[in-house]
Amino acid sequence: MHIIDRRLNPGGKSLENRQRFLRRAKSLVQGAVKKTSQERDIKDVLEGGEVTIPLDGMHEPRFRREGGTRDMVLPGNKKFIEGDYLPRSGQGSAKDSGPGEGDSEDAFRFVLSRDEFVDLFLDDLELPDLAKRKIAETESEGIQRAGYTTSGSPANISVSRTVQLALARRIALRRPRKSEMDELEAEIDACTDEDRRAELVARLEKLKAKAKRIPFIDPLDIRYRRFETVPKPVAQAVMFCLMDVSGSMSEHMKDLAKRFYMLLYVFLKRRYKHVEIVFIRHTDRAEEVDEQTFFYGPASGGTLVSSALQAMHEIVRERFNPSDWNIYAAQASDGDNSYSDGELAGMLLTEKILPICQFFAYLEVGESGGSAFDLSDSSLWTLYDRLRNSGAPLSMRKVSERSEIFPVFHDLFQRRESQEKTAP
Amino acid sequence: MTERLFEGADWDFHILQRVHDACEEVARNDLGLDVYPNQIEVITAEQMLDAYSSVGMPLFYKHWSFGKHFAFHEASYRKGLMGLAYEIVINSSPCISYLMEENTATMQTLVIAHAAFGHNHFFKNNYLFKQWTDADGILDYLDFAKNYVASCEERYGRIEVERTLDAAHALMSHGIDRYPGKKKLDLRAEEKRAGRRRQHEEEVFNDLWRTVPKGAAKSRSALSIERRRKLLGLPQENLLYFLEKSAPRLAPWQRELLRIVRHIAQYFYPQSQTKVMNEGTATYVHYRIMSKLHEQGRISDGNFLEFLQSHTNVVFQPEFDDPRFSGFNPYALGFAVMQDIERIVSKPEDEDREWFPDIAGKGDVMGVLRDVWANYRDESFIGQFLSPRLMRHFRMFHLHDDPEERAGIRVDAIHDERGFRRVRRELARQHDVGFIDANIEVVDVDLSGDRRLILHHHVIKGSQLNETDAKRVLQHLADLWTYDVSLIEVDANDKVLREYVVSPRPIPAAA
Repeated sequence: MHIIDRRLNPGGKSLENRQRFLRRAKSLVQGAVKKTSQERDIKDVLEGGEVTIPLDGMHEPRFRREGGTRDMVLPGNKKFIEGDYLPRSGQGSAKDSGPGEGDSEDAFRFVLSRDEFVDLFLDDLELPDLAKRKIAETESEGIQRAGYTTSGSPANISVSRTVQLALARRIALRRPRKSEMDELEAEIDACTDEDRRAELVARLEKLKAKAKRIPFIDPLDIRYRRFETVPKPVAQAVMFCLMDVSGSMSEHMKDLAKRFYMLLYVFLKRRYKHVEIVFIRHTDRAEEVDEQTFFYGPASGGTLVSSALQAMHEIVRERFNPSDWNIYAAQASDGDNSYSDGELAGMLLTEKILPICQFFAYLEVGESGGSAFDLSDSSLWTLYDRLRNSGAPLSMRKVSERSEIFPVFHDLFQRRESQEKTAP
Repeated sequence: MTERLFEGADWDFHILQRVHDACEEVARNDLGLDVYPNQIEVITAEQMLDAYSSVGMPLFYKHWSFGKHFAFHEASYRKGLMGLAYEIVINSSPCISYLMEENTATMQTLVIAHAAFGHNHFFKNNYLFKQWTDADGILDYLDFAKNYVASCEERYGRIEVERTLDAAHALMSHGIDRYPGKKKLDLRAEEKRAGRRRQHEEEVFNDLWRTVPKGAAKSRSALSIERRRKLLGLPQENLLYFLEKSAPRLAPWQRELLRIVRHIAQYFYPQSQTKVMNEGTATYVHYRIMSKLHEQGRISDGNFLEFLQSHTNVVFQPEFDDPRFSGFNPYALGFAVMQDIERIVSKPEDEDREWFPDIAGKGDVMGVLRDVWANYRDESFIGQFLSPRLMRHFRMFHLHDDPEERAGIRVDAIHDERGFRRVRRELARQHDVGFIDANIEVVDVDLSGDRRLILHHHVIKGSQLNETDAKRVLQHLADLWTYDVSLIEVDANDKVLREYVVSPRPIPAAA
């Protein structure tokens, strides 16, 4: 008889089949992923998670018989006698029960890993093609300590860990201590009684033998330092979320904006190992805030878009050198701007912001139900439209329903030959 | 008192060895079992899930449906809907039993007794397994299949291979030779001859199609219907075999894939016919071994109680109106009948003498049981050995559900003098795979016309095919055949009930 320990076999034997299954079910899973992600928060989307897909779409057909007259033998008859009739439905009727498992595969939930989830989520999206992306994809490898291992090169022996383990083992196996033996020897030397002496010698011999059996350091104790290579990104990305929180922005509009930012964040996170997000909210003055305040903090006032642009420009100058950072900005607004501000905003954009940005997305959010396209163009829209026509890396869309967010995002970032230059 | 095999719940490899040896002693000396050499493999829960998804096989080719099953099992396992099986055992020599690392020492003992001796003996001795499976060759063959599929993928593209395998899987349950007569599966030779045979078949096959007449007038005389059917081996119920041999436009590698799927289907065919017996045997064997070990003092009372609890769960049979009911539990039924045989052989009553004159009071329990294990399958086993006493014990009754009958479902027979034989016959029939699977066969190919393949489904008891599924399977069939396929459902009087006609999908441009 052989006993084989397979537990340490490389795991993930099912991985290949799992990937094949996902490839096969891609459109189904993708649909489920998109649906799931609509219900989640920005951080949760990155955690991966459960999706439910109809198994029917993955059905493996076979010839099955059904209908006709059926005969069955069942256990547990308590009251029936031959010739009785059982009603077809309700209590006491026989259940349809062929032996073996039934076809209960209508839909099933399964857990996607974070990577699988985001991959499917962003499958056919791409960053607007700009020069720095190439840098972003090249990474250098760094080396990092990663615990201990039982094998390695002698140069990497960790003395302290080895000694520690040896000590633990010696204590556990009760290896006699040297002091113990020394004491005994001293006692033997000092001893005069023959019997007692013989007994002590025997004890000493025993201890010595035991000490021999249990080595001071055993090959088992040796530990090596382990190193791991980790990718070190050369380029990084920062995303500026600029949001108008003036009185005219409703909760609904903020929610739309939030969802858009969330997608952008996830998307960038995927491309870059390090993504920074800067939240800037503005009324007639702008401030950098944390996420919570950004989305939920109360604020109200007039609207000066230029204040946000100015703030962004300053933050870039202080913290994000454009030669090291890929800079993205997404602005969400209802499109209202103070009349006098238009010129200043336009100037900031053309001269300061757009030249350093990889991509600037402008999202005009509208009230639910109202069609954004009925109204005449807002002042911001007109401004951005003009800039885009002159060739700036800028995309703009209008959104008024939650369900439009993904399509709009998708539209902005889908893989394409070259950056859009003309109006949709 | 003999020394205990283990104390408490922990086990190590040394203990497994002792447990195995102790079980073996009982199995050989007390039960007279004859087993393949054992190989015991300790695996993790994830590996167990993995083994589930590839029908328990350690080496299997890659296919998305195994990934689907893995995801499905994993999801229900995570949700706690399903516990994992304690063991998986493979009909191979050496006989491989998988043990999960989470099991307690008692459970490992139970599993070793159950799988490594119960199932193992059954695999080695039952006539169906002897006839249809090749325990020595299976692992090598699976290895060959895995590599072959991988090399096809490399050469012809993953999508193409997947299409063929999907089609083959859809027809898998109709890729079986049900009646012996052909020689036993020899997978090793199968694998070795794969290349040579391929070439030979090409020739034979080409010849066949060269007989397709050029002119209509000549055809009738040159190739009579009978001769044509004979050349094609018709009627043929093994659809995969038929396609492999006769589909006009399959590439040689596609034929080999069909062959692989067919061989695997054939390998598992005995298992589907012997669920009750196989599990019954394993359960009976583990019960005897565990009891003996306890008697000998090698297992403590506490551990024995732990065993009893698992055992009781395994052989629990919910009644028909219990929400947990899902048909007869093969463990419960098989174990009960085998224990009953033990009783009949050793302490028969008058009723038993009347029903089982051959074995009642014969005295040699193990001799009788070993003979039963060797020579029956579920259908004949139940038909022969289900006793009135057991029918009363399970309170079995037979229902007849005729959709035409307004009054409802009729109770046709119950566990009384009048009903015993009818209940037993009906239960046996329910365990006859030949009866459960749809009876479909290729009856003809319209060679002089459009090469349409014609199949018949012989409808039994008015039970027709599920339409959606039938169409899908036929689509796969047509894709392999590359001409139209028609399936006609006929009743016992040859009356046509329904006809399907499916055309092949265009073959995408070859990669």
